[in-house]
Amino acid sequence: MNYTIALKTIIKKEVYRFLRIWPQTLLPPAITTALYFLIFGKLIGNRIGTISGASYMDYIVPGIILMSVISHSYSNVVSSFYSTKFQRNIEELLVAPVPNLVILTGYVSGGICRGLLVGVVVALISMLFADIVVLHPVITIAVAILTATLFSLAGFINAVLAESFDDISIIPNFVLTPLSYLGGVFYSVDMLPGVWQTLIMGNPIMYMINAFRYGMIEVTDVDVNLALMMICGLIVLLAVFCLLMLHKGTGIKN
Amino acid sequence: MTALSISNLKKTYKNGFVALKGVDLEVQAGDFFALLGPNGAGKSTAIGIISSLVTASSGSVSVFGYDLVKEREQAKSCIGLVPQEVNFNQFDTVQGIVLNQAGYYGIPRKLALERTEICLKQMDLWDKRNSISRRLSGGMKRRVMIARAMVNAPKLLILDEPTAGVDIEIRRSMWKLMKEVNQQGTTIILTTHYLEEAESLCRNIAIIDQGKIVENTDMVSLLARLNVDHFVLDLAEPLAVVPVLEGCHVERTSDKVLDVSVPKAVGLNQLFSQLSAKNIKVLSLKNKSNRLEQLFMDLIDSKSSQNNPTPQIIPSPNGRE
Repeated sequence: MNYTIALKTIIKKEVYRFLRIWPQTLLPPAITTALYFLIFGKLIGNRIGTISGASYMDYIVPGIILMSVISHSYSNVVSSFYSTKFQRNIEELLVAPVPNLVILTGYVSGGICRGLLVGVVVALISMLFADIVVLHPVITIAVAILTATLFSLAGFINAVLAESFDDISIIPNFVLTPLSYLGGVFYSVDMLPGVWQTLIMGNPIMYMINAFRYGMIEVTDVDVNLALMMICGLIVLLAVFCLLMLHKGTGIKN
Repeated sequence: MTALSISNLKKTYKNGFVALKGVDLEVQAGDFFALLGPNGAGKSTAIGIISSLVTASSGSVSVFGYDLVKEREQAKSCIGLVPQEVNFNQFDTVQGIVLNQAGYYGIPRKLALERTEICLKQMDLWDKRNSISRRLSGGMKRRVMIARAMVNAPKLLILDEPTAGVDIEIRRSMWKLMKEVNQQGTTIILTTHYLEEAESLCRNIAIIDQGKIVENTDMVSLLARLNVDHFVLDLAEPLAVVPVLEGCHVERTSDKVLDVSVPKAVGLNQLFSQLSAKNIKVLSLKNKSNRLEQLFMDLIDSKSSQNNPTPQIIPSPNGRE
């Protein structure tokens, strides 16, 4: 049995899906981030000055790119897999001899592709407002891919457990967005008052944004190695959880 | 060779409903097998377990000798499923749906394209290959599901009420197609509510009721058990009174139409002799209902009454109920 063909089929289907509906998937982040750069970067940023030696615009660019990667890799998998469940065409995969690992890898790859593509779109938009530099390309790309993987897995878990369309919007709206905004996209940890500096250390998105910012402009509030290890650890944890759910048939089998 | 072997299959859902109470079943390779039963009898649960959509509580299933749990991939490779309800992505094209399914079965792209073309042409859908599937008619959607199930050239094709809700013309063309597929060597398991369909297509039959197989035999033997045939007679002249025909039960539905129940022991010759003797001219004759339906109802009724005997009122010690 050639599982590569099955994997390619799922990935191709997933990529085709978000490309087909590009006005819903690729255009909104371009417009939203252009507004971020215009309002926070240009209008307000000029009055803020520099953070850790970087201009405010340069400081927020990595965070906004990674925030887009996070939200789009997550929403791609959660909406695609939940729709597959809802329309019952998950049965096409369950009937076929496709191992659970291939199903998971296929959907997660789709999420990674969309997350990274949106990241590239946002990076291109940011070039209209700032001079983009990438001082450590390997770290930058690695953090982007790992973060997209992690949030694709999280989106998969949400989709498997969701029982209604409401369930797939709760986590992005009430967990992901606040954690992203509070994850140091627009400010440095040093700028927070006392207790908040400690509390923000419990936000995993803060580590990812700082590692990504280090890759681009060599500015970070955390140890990059620790951030990378944390992301990898979470990926392994979520992947095992996803596979266990698929093995048990949670949410997809009676 | 045994195409499907089910042993002591049980399923209890989370809500406590016991759908299967220990089903044993064997289907031989090349057979056209009917799995019948009333709504909620356990047919769809059994089909769901065979096609890996439902997890069994206990028991075993093997497909062409491959255990569905231990040799999952090999067993699944042998199966094609046409489900009861439309379950493909309604935004995909017809060709995309079939091609993707081929991909899930690991069929290389070139071969998948060839097989997709063959299956869509066989289903008379080739002209619709680039159509978005949600724009198709109900009958076409069912044919898409059959094409999708056929693309991996399954040895065992499971058809779960494939003709439900389609018009007579499409149903007849689908019967023809199913017969051809079976004649080419594919084992077919069919569940249907149209008993005429099972009677005309299937060689062997199992009837499931309340989670248990209540009958498992060949169609000929089952139909041979019928001892009464029901006919509708169109008469040349109107009748004022119901004629008395020895050995037969007669009802008059209108002046010129009679419903006659004829025991096999009496037979049609004797019936017509009696009608001729009474100078009743018959213009035409037809079966009142299909034969399997009567047997099906008899079997289900008899098993139900065995399982749920009429409650007896036990007098209380003081003589009152």
